[in-house]
Amino acid sequence: MTDRRTFIVGLSAICASMGCTSPIAAENGQGNIRAALKALIGEATPVEGMIILDLPEIAENGNTVPYTVSVESPMTNTQYAKAVHLLAPANPLPQISSFFFTPLSGKATVSSRMRLAQTQEVLVFAEMSNGTFYTAKRPVKVTVGGCGG
Amino acid sequence: MSAKPRIRVPDSARIGEVIEIKTLIAHAMETGNRRNNDGSIVPRLLLHTFEAKFAGTEVFRANLHTGTAANPFLSFFMKVPGPGEFEFTWIEDGGARITERRALSVI
Repeated sequence: MTDRRTFIVGLSAICASMGCTSPIAAENGQGNIRAALKALIGEATPVEGMIILDLPEIAENGNTVPYTVSVESPMTNTQYAKAVHLLAPANPLPQISSFFFTPLSGKATVSSRMRLAQTQEVLVFAEMSNGTFYTAKRPVKVTVGGCGG
Repeated sequence: MSAKPRIRVPDSARIGEVIEIKTLIAHAMETGNRRNNDGSIVPRLLLHTFEAKFAGTEVFRANLHTGTAANPFLSFFMKVPGPGEFEFTWIEDGGARITERRALSVI
């Protein structure tokens, strides 16, 4: 059973292993991501799976990194994916975007473009209509960082 | 504010068909972290919200944060409930709104 604390510790370990270049930025990032996560999913414990995050393995330009997120869901009136949140823990501000679907969406798939300041693991959290949470992550290597340092 | 958004939706579709909607809008999406050449901080100016409604009902909504790239592009889907009109709205920091409408007919 993974509780929130071990999850956050895990996040720190991931960030450390990815070699965050600026310790101050990384620390801020950790503080920010804890607050951001709490605001987005509360005390819920997300389970891995149900989400496909499509991202390039290597992003040459961190200013615009295309992505597609899909959540496996029948998208009926009673059973649908409600929300998807994307976070970049090593960005100066970790929140990328949040998307909210309805049964009218037909398909819980969305594509957009994100900014990545440096090489890191992008996190996704999905909230289903029955109140369960899922998570997925994908590492991205960033050649030239975005966020207009 | 910014230029007219580009929106791609089919003109017509079958009831029950899942159609893709693509939108693109020119906007710098200033994060508030960037500095000018003279060292002053460029103030934050984001399009923080996008809403898509069809015949008055919400289809899809996005909260865009600083991690969203400039000129935000979005692609999402809708299961066609019948004929109607799309209403797409972007809301900028400070409350300015851009709204676009597109009609969809049913085959």
